[in-house]
Amino acid sequence: MMTEGMFTNYFLPGIWITIQVTVFSALLAVVVAFVIGTLRTSRLWIVRFLSGIYFELFRGTSSLVLMFWLVFAVPLMFRWQFVPMYAGVLALGLTYGAYGSEVVRGALAAVPAAQREAGVALGFTKFQRLRRIEIPQAWPEMVPPFNNLLIELLKGTALVSTIMVADMTYAANLVRIGSNESAPVYTLLLVLYFVFAFVLTRGMRVLERHAKSRIGQAPPRGDSLWSRLTLRSNAGEGTGALTAGGTSR
Amino acid sequence: MPSPADTPRDSNSASRANGAELVRFDKVTKRFGDVTVLDQLDFSVDTGKHVTLIGPSGSGKTTILRLLMTLLTPDEGTIKVDGDYLNHEERNGTLAKAGEKHVREVRKKIGMVFQQFNLFPNMKVLRNVTEAPVHVLGMSKDEADQRARELIELVGLSEQLDKYPSQLSGGQQQRVAIARALAMRPQVLLLDEVTSALDPELVAGVLDVLRDIAHTTDITMLVVTHEMSFARDISDAVLMFDRGKIVESGPPDKMFSEPEHERTREFLSTVL
Repeated sequence: MMTEGMFTNYFLPGIWITIQVTVFSALLAVVVAFVIGTLRTSRLWIVRFLSGIYFELFRGTSSLVLMFWLVFAVPLMFRWQFVPMYAGVLALGLTYGAYGSEVVRGALAAVPAAQREAGVALGFTKFQRLRRIEIPQAWPEMVPPFNNLLIELLKGTALVSTIMVADMTYAANLVRIGSNESAPVYTLLLVLYFVFAFVLTRGMRVLERHAKSRIGQAPPRGDSLWSRLTLRSNAGEGTGALTAGGTSR
Repeated sequence: MPSPADTPRDSNSASRANGAELVRFDKVTKRFGDVTVLDQLDFSVDTGKHVTLIGPSGSGKTTILRLLMTLLTPDEGTIKVDGDYLNHEERNGTLAKAGEKHVREVRKKIGMVFQQFNLFPNMKVLRNVTEAPVHVLGMSKDEADQRARELIELVGLSEQLDKYPSQLSGGQQQRVAIARALAMRPQVLLLDEVTSALDPELVAGVLDVLRDIAHTTDITMLVVTHEMSFARDISDAVLMFDRGKIVESGPPDKMFSEPEHERTREFLSTVL
């Protein structure tokens, strides 16, 4: 039988590690998403090209293999070793940052061109336009797809158990070996991920409502992010990024 | 053509002689694909004058305003504003494409009001008007605030300071947009069909505000409009455009009462 001691000694520390990996990777992913996403809207083709390469590269590589590469290949190639948890955070952050960059790019593209023109007419620099006009207007459009990605990321953190990071999946495996009770252990694990995902979704709802109220129920835009993503997915791009995380598991 | 050195660089509006050339287009051509929208266009606007551009749609009027606002760049020719090239910079005695910084500097002399208002929906009325003075001109928050309140009062919207643009009518939004443009103290104000997107009963309010500004300030105006009586009221000169060229120009009384050119007569008969 799985005892209470097993929960407090193995699961609880594992839960804490999962939370840490999720938070750190999400922070890294948001930074990467905004940087790469805005660079992909640049007027300069070389900037678009290089940031596009980043996107394709990290969308097209498995985050599990990337973790293995960081942990097992990097020490051989560069005589330098990652703390395994940071390797996991890096792999997840870079990968989900790439997916997130597509969300940022799409939401920025959905801001009407007239807003950019108004910004030009008032003398704002490109950076000021992004910061004060375009990103604030695009932000409410970004929150729901970011929520999807965040939950994918949470579930993706289970991958770090394969590089000896003692997250809750790793703890569950230890407890299963010790107690030989696969059914309750893995059921509990499933429920734990679900509860975390549910809490995140609630939190993101609040964020979304807050974001929308801050732009004062903006008049409906003809071409919203959603219609754009739908169009793009018909063309074989776009929403693919939002679900592509599934292949790495 | 006078070199930039001949023109006084001190562009303080008080010291600037009224009547000096503020905007000059020199052989400006603009094409969209195969369509030539402006064809070797020459014209100038003197300081303090109000010039109205009329003509059928597609004749290039709006393109002129968008070129001046640097939302478009000319394919050929040069544009000067207050003695400085807008899209070009003189380097080693030759004209080269201007850098971003130069363009921003010259552009500060120009303000624009758009057909669709283009207020920032993420900012309340007051902040729409203070945002650029604070972050572009580096004005203090208090000063920008006070000036914005004055301008918003001028356009008759003091009650609406705390509302988002989406809570205002089109006419009110357009009046905020006028206040926002004036807050940057431009020397030239470009008005691009500013009443075309408004419900008919809201047009008069906006035009009254603009008449007031035209008659009480010394700001230079370049106006594209289909409101001919408004054009007649405020203009010093009217330019008739057709197919990227100026067909005829003159004072409003003459242009509207006894136009010489057949094309002008034809056009006016459809709009008056």
